Amino acid sequence: MISLPVLAFYLFAATTVAAGTLVISAKNPVHSVLWLILAFFSSSGLFVLLGAEFLAMLLIIVYVGAVAVLFLFVVMMLDIDFEELRTGALNYLPVGAVVGVVLLVELILIAVTWQFGGDTAVNAAVPMSSMADVQNTEALGRVLYTDYIFIFQTAGLILLVAMIGAIVLTHRTRAGIKRQNIAKQNARRPADAYGLVDVEIGAGAPMPAKKGQGKRP
Amino acid sequence: MTIGLGHYLTVGAILFILGIVGIFLNRKNVIIILMSVELMLLAVNINFVAFSAYLNDLVGQVFAMFVLTVAAAEAAIGLAILVIYFRGRGTIAVEDVNQMKG
Repeated sequence: MISLPVLAFYLFAATTVAAGTLVISAKNPVHSVLWLILAFFSSSGLFVLLGAEFLAMLLIIVYVGAVAVLFLFVVMMLDIDFEELRTGALNYLPVGAVVGVVLLVELILIAVTWQFGGDTAVNAAVPMSSMADVQNTEALGRVLYTDYIFIFQTAGLILLVAMIGAIVLTHRTRAGIKRQNIAKQNARRPADAYGLVDVEIGAGAPMPAKKGQGKRP
Repeated sequence: MTIGLGHYLTVGAILFILGIVGIFLNRKNVIIILMSVELMLLAVNINFVAFSAYLNDLVGQVFAMFVLTVAAAEAAIGLAILVIYFRGRGTIAVEDVNQMKG
């Protein structure tokens, strides 16, 4: 008899791995992004099974809500011939498969032979209290805003730099677009804007020399 | 039967390998390469959270949050570079990137 958590683990794990496989093998990049979203969702299910509810929620909000949608946006915005980019992809398959299999065997060898050190569990930096005592989100908040406050601030700084960098990189000034210049508007005085001239009969008024700068009387 | 640490580490390892193979497989399409990098970072996060849960140590989850932060920043900057590269050249073939100047 398989219990529910075991069943849920195998369901989420199989979904994550299958979605990951389809991310790298889908023909259409839009489908790749959608499989990526499925991979994020199912791995957030794995996080819930591990008791990290806050990270599971964060994974959905940050990855699915921001990163995957950003990918989708860029894939759809750029007009790219994806068929041309896929030519020769199968030529790289043998090399990629060899590297992947070698790495997988190495990781399995490590996982099989490796054991925890004797006092690893005793040396926990921030031991988790039991679930009934403090919820996962509250426990994370307690250490994040006290012991790890500087790292937390650094993370905020990284996001700020990334935001400014993305804006600076993609911003472009186009020629021929009229924009409001508030400082120029505020600096404009009535004397610059208009003036009175005495017009002689039959001569007509002289045109102002430059646009926006009326002739002074 | 119970689910142990090894099960989660296996999922993380398979996901990481998938990311690496994805980079090899889609060498021309930089969007898929960025997605593969996201997959690898997700695998790292699964490892962090699994160790955190099985060692009863909360620091793993704190660190996973910072990995998440860096992944979001990396995606934003990478896609911004991709957009300006496409604007300049009209293609996103990675093989021509070495011709960039400045």
